[in-house]
Formats: sequence, C-alpha cells, structure tokens
Amino acid sequence: MSDFASGSLTGKNLHLSFGSNHVLRGIDLHVEKGTTASVIGPSGSGKSTLLRVMNRLIEPDQGDILLDGRSVLKDNPDELRQRIGMVFQQFNLFPHKTVVDNVSLALRKLRKLPAEQARAEALEQLDLVGLKHKADARPANLSGGQQQRVAIARALAMKPEVMFFDEATSALDPELVKGVLALMADLAKGGMTMVVVTHEMGFSRNVSDTVTFMDAGVVVESGPPEQLFTNPQTDRLQGFLSDVL
Amino acid sequence: MDALDQLLKTFFDWEAMAAVVPNMLTVGLPNTLILAVSSGVLGCILGMILAIMGTSRSTALRLLSRIYTDIFRGVPAIVIILLIGIGLGPLIRELTGSTNPFPLGILALTLMASAYIGEIFRSGIQSVEKGQLEASRALGFSYNSSMQLVVIPQGVRRVLPALVNQFISLIKDSSLIYLLGLLASQREIFRIGNDAAANTGNLSPLIAAAAMYLVLTVPLTHLVNYIDKRLRTGRPEKPQPDDAAALIGKGAQP
Repeated sequence: MSDFASGSLTGKNLHLSFGSNHVLRGIDLHVEKGTTASVIGPSGSGKSTLLRVMNRLIEPDQGDILLDGRSVLKDNPDELRQRIGMVFQQFNLFPHKTVVDNVSLALRKLRKLPAEQARAEALEQLDLVGLKHKADARPANLSGGQQQRVAIARALAMKPEVMFFDEATSALDPELVKGVLALMADLAKGGMTMVVVTHEMGFSRNVSDTVTFMDAGVVVESGPPEQLFTNPQTDRLQGFLSDVL
Repeated sequence: MDALDQLLKTFFDWEAMAAVVPNMLTVGLPNTLILAVSSGVLGCILGMILAIMGTSRSTALRLLSRIYTDIFRGVPAIVIILLIGIGLGPLIRELTGSTNPFPLGILALTLMASAYIGEIFRSGIQSVEKGQLEASRALGFSYNSSMQLVVIPQGVRRVLPALVNQFISLIKDSSLIYLLGLLASQREIFRIGNDAAANTGNLSPLIAAAAMYLVLTVPLTHLVNYIDKRLRTGRPEKPQPDDAAALIGKGAQP
C-alpha cells in the first residue's frame, strides 16, 4: 500500500470554547507529508476535539488550518473533508447499507462515479484491508475489528491526503486490536500522512514520527517518540506515562 | 331465555348482516381504503416535512413544526373534520363546483395524521446515533445529503411499527367522514353499517362493520409485531470471528 497523494497538515494556534469551557487553548500541530503524528493525553484533554476542528467538523474560534501549506479555512468545509479521511472509535459504519455500499457511497454520490466503477474501486479497497469476502454482508454481522477495517477502507476510498484516527482501537476487544494497528502501521509505512489520537503507547512509540502530548487543551510536550517516552521533560507527561505504561 | 334471544338477535342477526355485506364490500371497503390510504400517503409526505423542520438547525422552522403539531395533535379528530369539511366546503364548491366531501375529508385526515406521523419520524431521526451524521459529514457529505442518505433512512426504519399503528388509526378515523354527508356511493364501511342499523332497528350491521374493520386492522397489528421483532433481532446470521485479522499485515502490504 503506497503512493498516497498525501500532503502536510498544520494547525496554528487553534482555539475552541463551548460556552465557558475552553477546550482548545492555542494548539499548534504540524504533520509533515507522509509522516505519522500521534496525539496522546488523558481523557478530556481535547485530543478528539482537535481532530474535529482540524477537518472542520467543528469550526475553530481562532487559529488557522493549512493543508499542503495553504489555509483551508475559507474553503467549502465539505470539500475539505473529502480530502481528509477519518476513522472513529465507534466505527460508525452505516448499518442500513452493505459493507461494499458503505465504501462506495461517497464514490458514487460525491465523486459521481458510475455504480459499477464505484463498486469495483470499493472492492479493491476492501481487498487491501482483507475483507473483500465480506463485501455483501451487513456491518452488524462483522466483528468489531472487521468493522473498523471496513471503516478504514471507506475513508481510504476517497483517496484522502491525510487520515485521522480517533482512538480507532479503543472500542475493540483486545484480540482484535492487533489487526487494526497492523493495518494502520502499513498505511504509515506506505506514506500516508496520519494524525492518530491513541491510547496505544506501543503504536505511538514504534510507528509514529512525532508524538504530541496534550493536557487540558494545550500541547504540553511534542517531539520524536524516543525523546518523549524515554526523556519526558514535564511533570505532567511523566505522570501520564507512569499512569499508562 | 327470551332476554338472551333478544340480545343475540340484536347483535348477531345473520340475515341482517348478510344483507349488508355485499354493499360493504363493493362500496364501503373501497371508500374506506381510498380515505385511509390517500390520507396515509399524504400524511407521510407532510409528516416527513414536519420532521425535517422539527430536527432542522433553524429555530423558526422548529417552532413552526412544533406549533402545527401541537394544534393538530391536541384537537379532537371530529372537530378538525367538521371545521375543515364543513368550513371549507363552500369555498371548494365555488372554486370547483364539486360537492364531493372526499377531498376535504382526506385533507382533514391528512392534517391530523401528519402531526402524529411527523412526531414519529422526528423521534426516529433523533434516535440515530450522532456518530452516523458525523461519519457521513467526515466523508465530505453536506448536512442535507447526510440526512437524506444516512440519518433519515435509518430513522424511518426504526419507526415502521409506529407508522403502521398510525395507519391503523387512520382506517378507524376515516369513519368520521360520514359527518360531512355522503351520497350512497360515497359511503364508507361504518356509514353503510350505521344506515342499515338505523333502517332495521337492529345492531347486527354494525357488528358486520366492526368485523370488516378487524379484517383490515388485525393483519396490520400482526405486521407491526413482525416488523418489530425483525428490527429487534435483525437477520438470523451471527457475527463471525475475526478470521481475517491475522492475515491483515500481509494483505495490506504493497
């Protein structure tokens, strides 16, 4: 799996409040083209919200978002999201559609591909995640790991420049986590630009190029994984790592 | 046992029933179905519009849908039918020259049914997990496309049982249209039974009418139960173990 038309992604001084709740307090995050940035931190630190702000599912109050160096805040947000794939903790497959229809829906309705071509491309994506044989099943008849791999295929089908993973393995049974993480590692190796919000410290340490530690809406520490995991500079990161490792 | 005989004769005079059944089948049944089906279909269309308004992001649209629903759900059917059917009758007569009470009867039933159906659709739409809209929007679909392709189809599926119940109500409520004055050929099931009962002084024709309604509604209640069970248990296929998980590293390599 390679040759992704991936791009770099930058969030600059991103702020977001829900009423008096200041969720993001000036986040800077830069992901080089073809690299993987993992975002770690305690629950409620704003990690998942950061992803939703960076693809404008939620509009930031302040700050800028750059895709391949160009600000995308004035673009049509729907078109921006076609360029950024996203995978969710709860998979969020469409239960009323078959597996292959889940993957081909956006190809048909947004890319306007004819039905057969969309299906062929969707089957190709399903093959890449090892689930072509489940094409005509309903999501409910798949295991969690299979559902998440379909969700990844669905996002990849749109040929995104960046992929977001929002705690993609947190809802999975332990024995199913490995398959999904292996697939994500393959994508990273293949040159996809990825932002991975995760509680999997092993993945963060071994696969990602940079690690960002967030707490209470700010970036506390950021750098190469070796540096953060072996030589944390702040008390907060030290405390977090001793809690999770 | 004179009293018991009298009672049996009053309710179960087979001859009186047999006399009224042909008319009920050829005139009453089609008319009842015309009233119920057309107001059911129109009620679904209007109800869907109300539900979309009721779940929209615009406060004005939500308020409008709320007010409509409160009025037409809160007023008795008989009042709405009389107000619409008799109140608008002269206007229709002047505009079209028609004195047929069916269009206004259907309108009254539709206005009422749509208030209930709108609430049914709205509850279905709102029961769809937030993640579905989010996933659809993350793929690049607009809010409207997401509702149309992802959220509404799931919401409607969940409320099919409630929708069939509403249709059962419509079949029964269509009997109230007799208040608007029907020609012989326009009579629905109840009116035919009622006329025969009034003419003979025997209630058996009304029992026949009741039986006719049951023939329509009982299968529908069982359909509700079937759909409900099907929706709750899904298809009889079990989730399979993650057999391909082990292969994934390989499968995903270039």
